[in-house]
Amino acid sequence: MTQVLSIALGAILINNFIFSQFLGCCPFFGVSKKIDTAVGMGMAVTFVMGLASIVTWLIQTFVLNPLGLGFMQTVAFILVIATLVQFVEMFLMKAMPSLYQALGVFLPLITTNCAVLGVALQNIQNGYNFIESVVYGVTGGLGFTLAIVLFASIRERLAASAQTPKCFDGFPIALISASLLCMAFLGFSGMKIW
Amino acid sequence: MMTIIYAVLVLGVMGLLFGLILAFASKVFAVEVDERIPAVQECLPGANCGGCGYPGCNGLATAIVEGKAPVNGCPVGGAESAAKIAAVLGVEAGESEKMVAHVHCSGSCDNAQNRAKYEGIQDCLGAIRVANGFKECAFACLGLGTCEKACPFGAIKVVNGVAKVNAEKCTACGKCVAACPKNVISLVPDKNKVRIDCSSKEKGKPVMDACKVGCIGCSLCVKTCKFDAIHMEGNLPVIDYDKCKGCQMCAKACPRHIIEPWNTEEKIKELAEIKAKQAAAKKAAAEKAAAAKVAAEKAEEK
Repeated sequence: MTQVLSIALGAILINNFIFSQFLGCCPFFGVSKKIDTAVGMGMAVTFVMGLASIVTWLIQTFVLNPLGLGFMQTVAFILVIATLVQFVEMFLMKAMPSLYQALGVFLPLITTNCAVLGVALQNIQNGYNFIESVVYGVTGGLGFTLAIVLFASIRERLAASAQTPKCFDGFPIALISASLLCMAFLGFSGMKIW
Repeated sequence: MMTIIYAVLVLGVMGLLFGLILAFASKVFAVEVDERIPAVQECLPGANCGGCGYPGCNGLATAIVEGKAPVNGCPVGGAESAAKIAAVLGVEAGESEKMVAHVHCSGSCDNAQNRAKYEGIQDCLGAIRVANGFKECAFACLGLGTCEKACPFGAIKVVNGVAKVNAEKCTACGKCVAACPKNVISLVPDKNKVRIDCSSKEKGKPVMDACKVGCIGCSLCVKTCKFDAIHMEGNLPVIDYDKCKGCQMCAKACPRHIIEPWNTEEKIKELAEIKAKQAAAKKAAAEKAAAAKVAAEKAEEK
């Protein structure tokens, strides 16, 4: 139980996918202009990461490992993730059209979010069991959500104040504020829980 | 060798399996989409500005196909896209007049008095939080460019402390109208060039104190209009564009020169010349009449 808790806290704060592993930076910068869309993106990523953890762990343990096909991890996982995203897209379109509308193009883009592949690969590398994998997947997604929502609120504030020097206006100041956030999160690094 | 065969087999089976699942899912989760919706969306500009009141071009296309919105519902595409959509749906296109946004204020740095120096967040929304803005006139454009930032087409620029709309770039999406915290922007018909460049509802004296060009509510324009197209609302004239014929008589009559198009420096000079000429002609006519009268009296005497 403590192991699971430590994985969860680690994934959210200490080994945050964005701030200390630098995975999934594309949507982090692309969808962080408004808090609303950032929250939607975070939720979608969390969902896909959780599901992907489940399916990839099963495939690794029951298909790839017995056949000695460990080297096919990447290609097999990408296949899983692409299928999952497609499936989620279809499901959302039917069940929750409003959320589907709100997420728009970012939904299919989750396929190429390296944080999702990252979580699947790390589950195997860290030798997590099934429960731990699922927890790592979901909390990793929550960490992503935390990061993108924090960043989106900073960017909204920045856009309103507009006191940035001309040469830093727009994307450069976003990169700089992201790096400052990163440094803040570095405060968690090296922390050990239990 | 076996590994290669296994690898190919596993990936092949996985692909097949996932493919089947997706194919099955697409049947189960099939959503019936009217094929006319993407066709209609093709005809729209695709800027997703939301000027029509629907969330993006897709929303409007859906509403048009369902009959909830008119074919000319897109203010940006105007008559052109309305005609295309009408062709797709096989209905008649209504007329849609091109509108433009207009900033009803001429309180530039030279004209309007400031009552304080503002050094906070350079945004109108921030500035009105501090005692309703820094200009003496409570209705004035603050010129910090909230509308400029809201415009997706780059059609608004703040010039000398007042926002100005570039009518050619403006698509009447209405984002600036919604964004302006002072409500000095509204949509007006493009073809009609008569616009009132003041939003102050104050009486004459405070307006005179606050701004060199503000409307003092003298209602001369209302009296001048032959078409009953201007009415006073509070202390401010409002043009009824359905009635306005664009004769510009009101603009010429305004003593404060705040009705477009007779409000630029050259136009004001031109107007003064015209008035001088008219006065001279009147004087000449009066003299002529007097001379004729004198001549007639002399003739009677004889």
